[in-house]
Amino acid sequence: MNIHEYQAKQIFAKYGVPTPRGIIANTPDQAVANAGELGGNIWVVKAQIHAGGRGLGGGVKLAKSKDEVRELATEILGMTLVTHQTGPEGKLVQKVYIEEGADIVDELYLSVVLDRAAEMPIIMASTEGGMDIETVAEKTPEKIIKIAVDPAFGFQGYHGRELVFGLGITDKAEQKKMVNFAKKLYTLYMENDAEMIEINPLIKTGSGDFIALDGKMGFDDSALGRHPDIEDMRDISEEDPDEREASQYGLSYIALDGEIGCMVNGAGLAMGTMDTINYMGGTPANFLDVGGTANAETVAKGFEIILKNPNVKAIFVNIFGGIVRCDRIANGILEATKLVDVNVPVIVRLDGTNADEAAVILKNANIDNVIAATDLGDGAAKAVAAAKGEK
Amino acid sequence: MSILVNKDTKVIVQGFTGGEGTFHAEQCMAYGTDIVGGVTPGKGGQTHLGKPVFNTVKEAVKATGATVSMVFVPPAFVGDAVMEAAAAGIELAVIITEGAPVRDMQAAKAAATKNGMMTIGPNCPGIITADECKIGIMPGNIFKKGNVGLISKSGTLTYEGANQVVNEGYGITTAVGIGGDPIIGLSYKQLLQMFQDDPETEAIVMIGEIGGDLEIQAAQFIKENVTKPVVAFIAGQSAPPGKRMGHAGAIISGSAGTAKEKMDALSAVGVEVVISPAEIGKAVKKVLG
Repeated sequence: MNIHEYQAKQIFAKYGVPTPRGIIANTPDQAVANAGELGGNIWVVKAQIHAGGRGLGGGVKLAKSKDEVRELATEILGMTLVTHQTGPEGKLVQKVYIEEGADIVDELYLSVVLDRAAEMPIIMASTEGGMDIETVAEKTPEKIIKIAVDPAFGFQGYHGRELVFGLGITDKAEQKKMVNFAKKLYTLYMENDAEMIEINPLIKTGSGDFIALDGKMGFDDSALGRHPDIEDMRDISEEDPDEREASQYGLSYIALDGEIGCMVNGAGLAMGTMDTINYMGGTPANFLDVGGTANAETVAKGFEIILKNPNVKAIFVNIFGGIVRCDRIANGILEATKLVDVNVPVIVRLDGTNADEAAVILKNANIDNVIAATDLGDGAAKAVAAAKGEK
Repeated sequence: MSILVNKDTKVIVQGFTGGEGTFHAEQCMAYGTDIVGGVTPGKGGQTHLGKPVFNTVKEAVKATGATVSMVFVPPAFVGDAVMEAAAAGIELAVIITEGAPVRDMQAAKAAATKNGMMTIGPNCPGIITADECKIGIMPGNIFKKGNVGLISKSGTLTYEGANQVVNEGYGITTAVGIGGDPIIGLSYKQLLQMFQDDPETEAIVMIGEIGGDLEIQAAQFIKENVTKPVVAFIAGQSAPPGKRMGHAGAIISGSAGTAKEKMDALSAVGVEVVISPAEIGKAVKKVLG
C-alpha cells in the first residue's frame, strides 16, 4: 500500500525526521487559509497523487503571493496529472499540499528499501538529488551509495560514516545531522513495516540543515494488520476500482490492454497463460488469479470483472485442478454462465484431478459459446482464434 | 534417491489442529508421508488424526525424533513458529502459509540460518518426493516417479510442469515449490546443487518469474556447477512494470527483474529456455533425448 507525500511527512515528523511545515487542502479557499497559517511570503503548491514525476508534469508550483496560491490551487485541483509513473491516462488531483518555501543549497537523494539478494534493508544515497534515481543508476552508478543494515544488530556508527563520507559531507555538525536523519529514517522503516521510503530530494539549507523536501512511502501489505494507523491512511480513490473489487472477493486482477480475458488459478500459471497467448499471436486483456479454491461464485465474479472491459473478445479459463477437483470447477463454470451474461466465446481448459469427468460435463452441457480445450497450448490457440473471429 | 525428503522422513505439523493443517496433514498421510505428530500451543496431550499433539516444537522433537516441520500457522505468527522450529533442532521447515510479513520472514530466515535449519517457502506448495513423501498442498497423484527434478516459484506451474513431464513419459524425482515472496528459504542455487548430486535425477526443470534476481544468480551457478541438462520457463514476459502479479515478489522494479533479462541469462549458459509453459514437456523430452 502506498500513501501520499503529506501522509509520509506526518510519519517523518513523528520520528523527528525534519520536513518543511505544510497543511493539506481540498479547496482553493483552504489552500489560501493554509498559506496564511504557515506565514512567510513564499509557498509551494503540491498535487497529492500516488506517483512520482509530479513536478515535471506541472503538479508542483511555487507561489509568491496568496493570490498566486489561490490561482495555482485552482489550476492543480481537479487536473488530470500525467507523469512517467501514472501511465497516459494520468491521475485526478483531489488534494494539494501547501508547504512553506525552503532555502535550497544542495539536493541529495536518500531511500530505504529491501535488498532481496542481501535479505536485509539497504540505505541508498546519492549526491544526485532531484534526478530520477533509475537514470542515475544507469548512467553514473558510482554516484549511488548502498549500505545494508542487518536488523538483528540495527543501525551502527559505521553505517553513518559510510553514508556521510560517501556523500562528501565534511562539516562535523552536518555529518551529525545527516547520520541522525538516516538513523531515524531506518527506525521508522522497520517499526512501520515499510516496503520503501524515498526522499528525493533531501535538501541542505543555507543554515546547514537537512530536510525531507519530498517523501514517498510504501508498506508491506501483509503487515498492515498490525498498523491500523497506517491502514487508515489508505486512499481508495488512488486504486484501480476493478482491482479493488476483485481483491474483495479474493481475486487478484490487473487490467492490461489486449483482447483475451484470462481466468486462471495461481499467479505463476496466470502469468504463464498471458505469455502463451502472446506467443500464439494474441494479446491478454488482464491478469486474473482466482486463487487455489476456485468455485462457482469466484468464477462468476471473475467473468463479471473481465467483461467490464469492452475490449474483451474471448475468455480463456485455464485451471489446473489440484486439490480442487476439475469436475467441481466445470460445474462452477456452468453455474457462473447462468449468473453472468457471458456474450463472448469462452475457451475452457481443465486439467489435473478428474479432468476427464470435467470434459464430459462441459460436453453434455452443450453451451454454444463454451469451447473445450485439451491443454494449455491448445486452449491458448483456440482463444487467439476465437478473438480473431475464427471458429 | 531424491533430495531432502523420502519415505523415512519424520514430519511434524505446526498448526496441526487448524482447518488447513488438519486437511493437508490428512492428505499427506494418505500419500504415505510419515507424520509423527503436531504442535498446537494449549492442546498438548491430545491426539489428532491418530497422532500426538504437543504444546511446543521442542517437546515434539524430543518425543518423536522429527526432523522436518510443515508449517501452517497463520501469517501473523509464522515468523515466531519458524524461529521455534529452528531453536528446537528441526532440520527443514516447509512453510506453506501465505501472507507472512516480510520483516518477520527476514528475521526468521536469519534465525534459521544461524541454527543450521533449512527453510522452504513461505507461500509455497511445499516439497514432494514422488511415491514416497509429500510435505505440502500439491495434488500427489500428478507426480509419477521418474528422473526429472523440478524447482518452481509457482504452485500451479509446478503441477503444470510435472504433468507435462509425466505426459511425455518421464517422471519426477523430487519437486520443490520455493514460493514467490520477496524473502524465501532454499532457492535455485542450493536445490540445483542437490539435484546435480542426486544420482537418480537426470534433468532439471526450473520455473521462475519476474522480480528479484534469483534466476540470474541461478544462471551463473549453472554455468559453474551444473552438468545435467536444465529446462527453464520464466513467467511474466507480458507483465507490465510496477505491478505486483499475484505473488508479493513478482514485480518488475523500474527496469530490473524482467523475464527477458532472466531468460537471456539462462539461455547464455546453455539452459533450454521455453517461451510458453506449454513447451516444458517437449523441452524435457528434447534434452533427455
